[in-house]
Amino acid sequence: MSALLRVEGLSKRFGGLLAVRDVTLEVQEGGIVALIGPNGAGKTTSFAAIAGFVRPDAGRVSFAGTDVTGWATPRIAALGMVRTFQITQPFAGLTVAENIRVGAFLHTASPARAMEQARAIGTTLGLASFLERPAAALTVAGRKRLELARALATRPRLLLLDEVMAGLNPSEVDEIVALLRTIVSSGVAVLMIEHLMQAVAALASHVYVLSEGALIAQGPPAAIARDPAVVEAYLGHGAAATLANA
Amino acid sequence: MTLEIVAAALVGGLLTGGVYALVALGLTLIYGVLHIVNFAHGSLLMVAMFAAWLLFARFHIDPYASLPLVTLVMFAFGWVLYRFVIARISRGEDRAILLATLGIAVVLDNAALVLFTGDVRTAETAWSFAMVEAGPLLLPAAKLVSFGVALALGCALWLLMTATDTGRAIRAVAHEPEGARLVGIRPARTFALAYGIGTGCLGAAACLLLPSFYVSPQIGHVFVLVAFTIVVLGGMGSFPGAVVGALLLGVVESLGGLLLGESLGPIGVSLSFIAVLLLRPQGLFGARA
Amino acid sequence: MISRIVAIALAALALVPFALPSQSLVSLAFLAVVAALLGTGWNIAGGFGGLTSFGHAIFFGVGAYATALLQARHGLSPWLGLPVGAMLGGLIGWLIGVAAFRAGLRGSYFALVTLAFAEAFRVIANSLDYTGGGLGILIPLRPGLSSFQFADRRTSYALALALLAVALAVSAWLRRSRFGARLAAVRESEDAARALGIEPLHVKAAALALSGAITATGGVLYTQTYLYIDPTIAFGPERSVEMLLVAMVGGAGTVLGPLLGALVLQGITEGSRALSTTPGVAPMLYGLVLLAVVGLLPGGIVRLLRGRAA
Repeated sequence: MSALLRVEGLSKRFGGLLAVRDVTLEVQEGGIVALIGPNGAGKTTSFAAIAGFVRPDAGRVSFAGTDVTGWATPRIAALGMVRTFQITQPFAGLTVAENIRVGAFLHTASPARAMEQARAIGTTLGLASFLERPAAALTVAGRKRLELARALATRPRLLLLDEVMAGLNPSEVDEIVALLRTIVSSGVAVLMIEHLMQAVAALASHVYVLSEGALIAQGPPAAIARDPAVVEAYLGHGAAATLANA
Repeated sequence: MTLEIVAAALVGGLLTGGVYALVALGLTLIYGVLHIVNFAHGSLLMVAMFAAWLLFARFHIDPYASLPLVTLVMFAFGWVLYRFVIARISRGEDRAILLATLGIAVVLDNAALVLFTGDVRTAETAWSFAMVEAGPLLLPAAKLVSFGVALALGCALWLLMTATDTGRAIRAVAHEPEGARLVGIRPARTFALAYGIGTGCLGAAACLLLPSFYVSPQIGHVFVLVAFTIVVLGGMGSFPGAVVGALLLGVVESLGGLLLGESLGPIGVSLSFIAVLLLRPQGLFGARA
Repeated sequence: MISRIVAIALAALALVPFALPSQSLVSLAFLAVVAALLGTGWNIAGGFGGLTSFGHAIFFGVGAYATALLQARHGLSPWLGLPVGAMLGGLIGWLIGVAAFRAGLRGSYFALVTLAFAEAFRVIANSLDYTGGGLGILIPLRPGLSSFQFADRRTSYALALALLAVALAVSAWLRRSRFGARLAAVRESEDAARALGIEPLHVKAAALALSGAITATGGVLYTQTYLYIDPTIAFGPERSVEMLLVAMVGGAGTVLGPLLGALVLQGITEGSRALSTTPGVAPMLYGLVLLAVVGLLPGGIVRLLRGRAA
């Protein structure tokens, strides 16, 4: 079966720094894949290159069989790959419902139908009581839900989630994890950047580990957790050996 | 078109550029460093020129002599204007600052119209018509003086911003108001100080302009676009850039007038501005934003 | 609810000049309606789109000169002025939008570039024989339907109301439509809009084009009524500022805002004329009102009426 998203040899340089080096990964239809790694590893840059916010210097990105390398973000979104932002970007002057509706407009031209869908999705994501409130009034957790709702409204095939759990307390995390499970079960694939290992363990079937711009490991979550290279990346040189002897 | 005519236009343009530099230096500080889109810049120049003109017409004080006083008065006026009007109204928001300074410009322009009518006023001093011979060319003395003072002022401002504590405080606040506050600098006061220095420059510019130019309530419009063009052309916040940009614009305008005629000549300024904004918004000396 | 009341009140007010015989009242009302029309045009870009323009006189002037030139230089029917002016205004809006937004201009840079364009147009109009140079163009007086000139000012007024109604309908459509929602999204966050499939450049340029087209019709109407246009009337900074003021004072980004703004500013003009005939008093008051609105009522009068809802 060919992958929904296939990234090959992705590289991105910023001035003198090679932020992303030869990254190759893939996401299957309906799968959940996590991209993890210490801070500064190049995860968000990889996302930006995949989603079209920056042009990769090398490599190929193909989505649903189409080569989308270097495409602008709106075109990629129209094709079905939609990203959320680590620091949420609500349309502050609009209501929650109006926010979500912008996403729905990607596949319908009717304002009425788009609003209907927006309300439905907002309700599914637990924002029912906030629909008519200004988006600026939401808490961090609410804004995360809004980012998800907005992206979902576009009827994506693949969601790129950039640290969606950041800033949430444990019970909020559980709620989002449950939400994501529901979303994926409806057929949407997910590629997520995540720091929170419990979320990764709970959701992802496959994990890629990035360190200093390069892939150092990949596999199911359990295998990754035991991989010495991964431990070293997070805890420093020699940590794996130290921990093994502890 | 002989070489002499072109040379005269070039030199004339440079000298006019010197005058423009005077006007633009203050805006370089206000807009280039503080990023306050001071739409009132031209109107404030007009106010300063009327102040200088009043001192001349009522008290017979030569504008060159009243320069220190006018500079001080304009500094104070600018300080108060920023502290109690602009800062209060805009609360630091970009679009609000734009509109607040626009409002101030409209009020000042029309207040002048009410007080002085639309008539053009001049201040004819010994310097107004004095000429200096430089080889085959005859140069207006007043413009030479402006040119010299512009260079001196440009250096002074550059030194102020790079070598003094005040300058460093201003740059710190422009860059990172919260951080500046943490090290004991008061952003509101510092912005007001910088704005005042900027309008003070306009005071000096006004006194130097008056002998060779005229004043009327409408001149604000004339200078606003010129000043912004120079600031952006020179590279936001660069004083040497502003001086070079001003000289360049002066030459462009002069050559434009020569090549395109008197009516179409002024388009040089607007076209230059549009070109810089669309093609090289960081200007000649600025770093890519 | 408030909007409906205000709308009905305004509609009633609009009919008054038809009932009373005073020509001066009609002239006043005409000016207010044209101001509202121009403000509504500005509002589409500056209010709904967040694209603060300091040079909207470009579009007014293009419409004004289009109709003047069609008649004076080409002997064509002045009724062509409306569609031609609107199309030119739209085209120029699109071109300026694409150029400016592709270069990444926004906020104050965009405001300044529009100012520069308006000034450039003014200089060009001032220097070409085709446009009558500094003397402008005088349209020969020829009252009659075919020459788009009306002896009774009330007819001009009715036409102005019709154009305003169209402009308001466009504004209202903008509020409800997909295009309007996308424009609002781009205004709030271009990155988030991109991620949802919206291309900000197209949306912003289209908004400027629409704004330009509507504003141009105001220019056409103005010239056909006063039968004279010159570079300063057409492209001068006072014109640009007026349009901005009307929308900001009334409430940028609302449908009725520019109407209320126009009424307030017209009121100030008449009120100040009663106090003093010195030129400059009314515009000075406008400036003070702008400062007051920006400082105290950033949402404009409309939002004040609505109880300052965010």
